[in-house]
Amino acid sequence: MTFLLPRPDDDSAPFWDWCGKGELRIQRCSACRRRRMPPRPMCPWCRSWAAAWDPVSGRGRVWSFVVAHPPLLPAYAERAPYNVVVVELEEEPSIRLVGGLVTSPDEPIGDVDPATIIIGQPVQVTFAPAVDGIRLPNWLRA
Amino acid sequence: MSLAAFSDRTAIVGIGHTEWAKHIDRPEKVLALEAILSALDDAGIDPAEVDGLSSYTMETTEEIEIARNLGLGDITWFGQVGYGGGAGCGVVAHAATAVATGQATVAVAWRSRRRGAASSRPWAGVAGRVGGNQQWSRPFGLLRPVDEIAMLTRRYLHERGGTRHHLANVALAARAHANANPAAMMHDRPLTREDYFAGRWISEPLCLFDNCLESDGAAAVVIVAADRARDCPHPPAYVHAAAQSLPRQHQTMTNYFCEDPLEGPAWACARKLWAQAEVGPSEVDVAQLYDAFSPLVLLSLEGYGFCERGEAPGFTEDGGITLGGRLPVNTSGGGMSEAYVHGFNLIVEAVRQVRGTSPNQVAGAEWSLVTSGEGVPTGALLLRR
Repeated sequence: MTFLLPRPDDDSAPFWDWCGKGELRIQRCSACRRRRMPPRPMCPWCRSWAAAWDPVSGRGRVWSFVVAHPPLLPAYAERAPYNVVVVELEEEPSIRLVGGLVTSPDEPIGDVDPATIIIGQPVQVTFAPAVDGIRLPNWLRA
Repeated sequence: MSLAAFSDRTAIVGIGHTEWAKHIDRPEKVLALEAILSALDDAGIDPAEVDGLSSYTMETTEEIEIARNLGLGDITWFGQVGYGGGAGCGVVAHAATAVATGQATVAVAWRSRRRGAASSRPWAGVAGRVGGNQQWSRPFGLLRPVDEIAMLTRRYLHERGGTRHHLANVALAARAHANANPAAMMHDRPLTREDYFAGRWISEPLCLFDNCLESDGAAAVVIVAADRARDCPHPPAYVHAAAQSLPRQHQTMTNYFCEDPLEGPAWACARKLWAQAEVGPSEVDVAQLYDAFSPLVLLSLEGYGFCERGEAPGFTEDGGITLGGRLPVNTSGGGMSEAYVHGFNLIVEAVRQVRGTSPNQVAGAEWSLVTSGEGVPTGALLLRR
């Protein structure tokens, strides 16, 4: 068994397509310019249907993290304990992304020693090697 | 319709449940029927009089099966509420609303679940691709509900200065209550602080004892109008106030995408609940706070206004949430030590406190609060004697 992959849908497909090209882009309202996550058809602040996928710096800070131990799905149990972080983006801290804090861009899962993770520490996005055309956005210490 | 047309106009007059166990060798349908029959018997009401049914969307037994097995009358009102552990109080509130407005005269609400076996863990059956909300978290290894809540917990402890000792306070209070409740799964299993800290990690900062039990069982309640309730065998538990909450920009469980993830659904639910009530949190005698995980109790103590934001850790100190403390919480043992059936046993216990029949009775309890899951679209009921 392998790691789970996202199933892109009408709303999320552009996000995953940009990740595949090694770029972090976040949906942004073309009318009021507010970013939103997860992606959706309508802006909840101005009800505009118009949106674009704007690049962000890929810089952020660790907002929180967990260290997962078994019981887990088999592929994950093999790598446990591993970390999972939530990162707040530098441009807009209320936009948060889940990912792994990794020691190298090739790592598929959060392998940084959890004892060394600190809430608030700066991180930079990286993209895991493609699996079935999907590259998951993970995080390296900045 | 004004709130006065709802407040105290209905009451829970019947409660029932099956045994609680890690494994019960009877189907969920049978457990549901047993619990409902027991609740109707407790209320002294013939099944043929039931005309309203309220349940969880996750319920596996359809209303038609309940009705044709129990020989119910013509069902003229039925409804369901979603979001698993967030549903329970809403399920009862919908039934109470139906009775208060005359859409039903005898309404039954229930939850039946076999979740005791490890093979019944919903997350464990996932493979391949994950869609919807979960595509943003599960591929990275945030697989289980415990991981999703552990993420909020770490941030909570970071912002508020609480420690694992405060999480332990929640687990130990529940266990102490269960030790006095012969029906509780953990009745014969004491838990010490040393035991808690020796518990294995599940998702740091949460250990085994921060998790609810995995249980089989079912529970049910019967709701009628207040005038009829006075003729039933047991003291009525009047539904004084009820609320649901799906707050702005909420995402169920992985609620990381709103402005302030630590201000969860409890806050909006509490504002609506207390706005209807004659009393506030300081007058509540006893509370059943949904406890799939220990940190949810801390969040709920703050959300429902028993203390200010950041004060819940201190609130649990010195026996603050055990019987005899400032607010006895989860007096049957709750989801962590009695049984976990998506919170429906908490509703049964809230009624027992009003009746004066709890295994951990708060003397003279008049105002009894029960809440559903924090971290998901939720609900709450304020019952009165």
